Amino acid sequence: MSVFIIRRLLQALVVIFLMSLIVFAGINIVGDPVDLLISPEADQAEIEATIRRLGLDRPWHEQYGYFLLNAFKGDLGNSFIFAEPALKLILQRMPATLELAFAAMLIAVVFGIPLGMYAGLKPDSTTSKTIMAGSILGFSLPTFWVGLMLIMVFAVMLGWLPSTGRGDTTELLGIQVSFLTWDGIQHLILPAFNLALFKMSLVIRLARAGTKEVALQDYIKFARAKGLSSRRVVLVHVAKNIMIPVVTVLGLELGGVIAFAVVTETVFAWPGMGKLLIDSIQLLDRPVVVAYLLITVFMFILINLVVDILYSILDPRVRLKDVKA
Amino acid sequence: MITPTLEVANLRTHFFTKNGVVKAVDGISFKVDEGEVLGLVGESGSGKTVTGFSIIGLVDPPGEVVDGGILFHGRNLVELPDEEMRDLRGSKIAMIFQDPMMTLNPVLRIDTQMVEAVRAHKNVSRDSAYQRARETLVAVGIASPDERLKAYPHQFSGGMRQRVAIAIALLNEPDLIIADEPTTALDVTIQAQILFEAQKLCRRTGTAMIWITHDLTVVAGLADRICVMYAGRDVEHGSVDEVLDTPLHPYTYGLIGSVPSRNRRGRPLHQIPGMTPSLLNLPPGCAFRDRCPRATEVCMEQPPLAPHGPGRTARCFHPHVNGDKSRRAEMEAESK
Repeated sequence: MSVFIIRRLLQALVVIFLMSLIVFAGINIVGDPVDLLISPEADQAEIEATIRRLGLDRPWHEQYGYFLLNAFKGDLGNSFIFAEPALKLILQRMPATLELAFAAMLIAVVFGIPLGMYAGLKPDSTTSKTIMAGSILGFSLPTFWVGLMLIMVFAVMLGWLPSTGRGDTTELLGIQVSFLTWDGIQHLILPAFNLALFKMSLVIRLARAGTKEVALQDYIKFARAKGLSSRRVVLVHVAKNIMIPVVTVLGLELGGVIAFAVVTETVFAWPGMGKLLIDSIQLLDRPVVVAYLLITVFMFILINLVVDILYSILDPRVRLKDVKA
Repeated sequence: MITPTLEVANLRTHFFTKNGVVKAVDGISFKVDEGEVLGLVGESGSGKTVTGFSIIGLVDPPGEVVDGGILFHGRNLVELPDEEMRDLRGSKIAMIFQDPMMTLNPVLRIDTQMVEAVRAHKNVSRDSAYQRARETLVAVGIASPDERLKAYPHQFSGGMRQRVAIAIALLNEPDLIIADEPTTALDVTIQAQILFEAQKLCRRTGTAMIWITHDLTVVAGLADRICVMYAGRDVEHGSVDEVLDTPLHPYTYGLIGSVPSRNRRGRPLHQIPGMTPSLLNLPPGCAFRDRCPRATEVCMEQPPLAPHGPGRTARCFHPHVNGDKSRRAEMEAESK
């Protein structure tokens, strides 16, 4: 197991290195930040001074070497705009995004799995068909539109819930969180639901497909032949078997939700990383974009590792071995 | 007269599919006494397994028991409320399935699967349920039970898994065990061991058993009586010796003739021509008619179950009764 984890982390280093190269080269092609950074009134000497200060007078591979050198020291460069370390900027925004993402995942799992299992157990009932139709909507409606509709209905027309910001936050282990205050929770509900809708539809479909398949297995019939209550058969024998695909997909999706909560954060003015990324791309704040993407890659790798470890807990047949594959 | 452990009377279980009604079981009657082993024999698709599921009340939609009675100690199971039926399952009536690789839940430990089976019926502590599980594993011949209880199904071989499944069936000391081809998926040496254990348990505890199989050699050594099924109906009943030595129904006759034997080495194997008819639209009359060498005009009608001596019945207008050449002689004549 530990060999497995070490091997994974080494692979991760290679991936991060390659990723940084691609991102660095890519962002250099997108545009020149100088035009946006320097005020139009600046004279030529000022412009050249700024360019030199930001290191933009060097060819890009030299810039990359310099970046790499600093990255090993834990410094991903300073933001052009805020003149603060890019890493610090991102980490400041991260709790907000993480909170939103985990809330969304929680909603997706808590509602998605029971609904999906129900639809799988009683595929012909009207309720199941309604659930499945709903999941198709959840899949296909664009997030921003759903977000706007949620704001319109619940914030504007009904006036039940606030539509922007995080609300009151409290400090938990040195991090600002919303979910501990009532005001914060109210602010969290709409964006979290908006972000959860797609994942929830996904979980419903996975849980339903899994349940339909597992319910036909001999071991379920055998469990019933033992005289177990249908409650126990469903909640233990079926549920534990459908968790494997659900955990896989949710693991992958969690990375996606954290990294690309951009749309929801923009619609609900949620002060998270996604919003920072959008702003940084618009202002061509290279160090922030690069740092953001590197953190994202790292997060995906970490989540995949956790998913692999979870597998071995859920499915005894999977033992983490030092496999070459 | 004592009531038999189980009496099935004219059971009909039909499946209402989109393509029509599949009459998987269409009128079968038999009884099993305490301590007796009944061999339920027939080809694939003859309705043996559905009969088993009907008894234990696990026929899933679109299937439904449409007619007949299943009297367990005189109580009709067909009319029993779901909750009472659930309580009977696993405690008074247990079932063992065909494929041991599929009957245990892959993600739950053996102890979990055994303890839950005990606690579903008896209000006992986890510890005493565990002790019961341990005892039962020892009884079916599993060494180092404590270690085994902590293991997952994939750590067991097929034979071991089937022993565990049998142990689970025995946990609550049932009065009736329905064994659905439990040795088919196992190799012969393991098969012999399992048969030996099954027989020993029945004799010792007085448990009645229905042994569903297509393998005549298995029932020959195990069963007391035989019920032969064909296309959802019982075609012949009798003691195991009588049925195997002097089969009445041409289907039973053919079935026995199909078993390879040492005496017939080098000759072509005997086989029943044709194949099992589709249960979706059975023609009227005897379902075996098209494959039967003895069929005549009268077979266009459904033959009744006719008595042929004590405890012997057959559903045929032209049975191989005494006066016919003996089975072996006839077969030898055929192959010359």
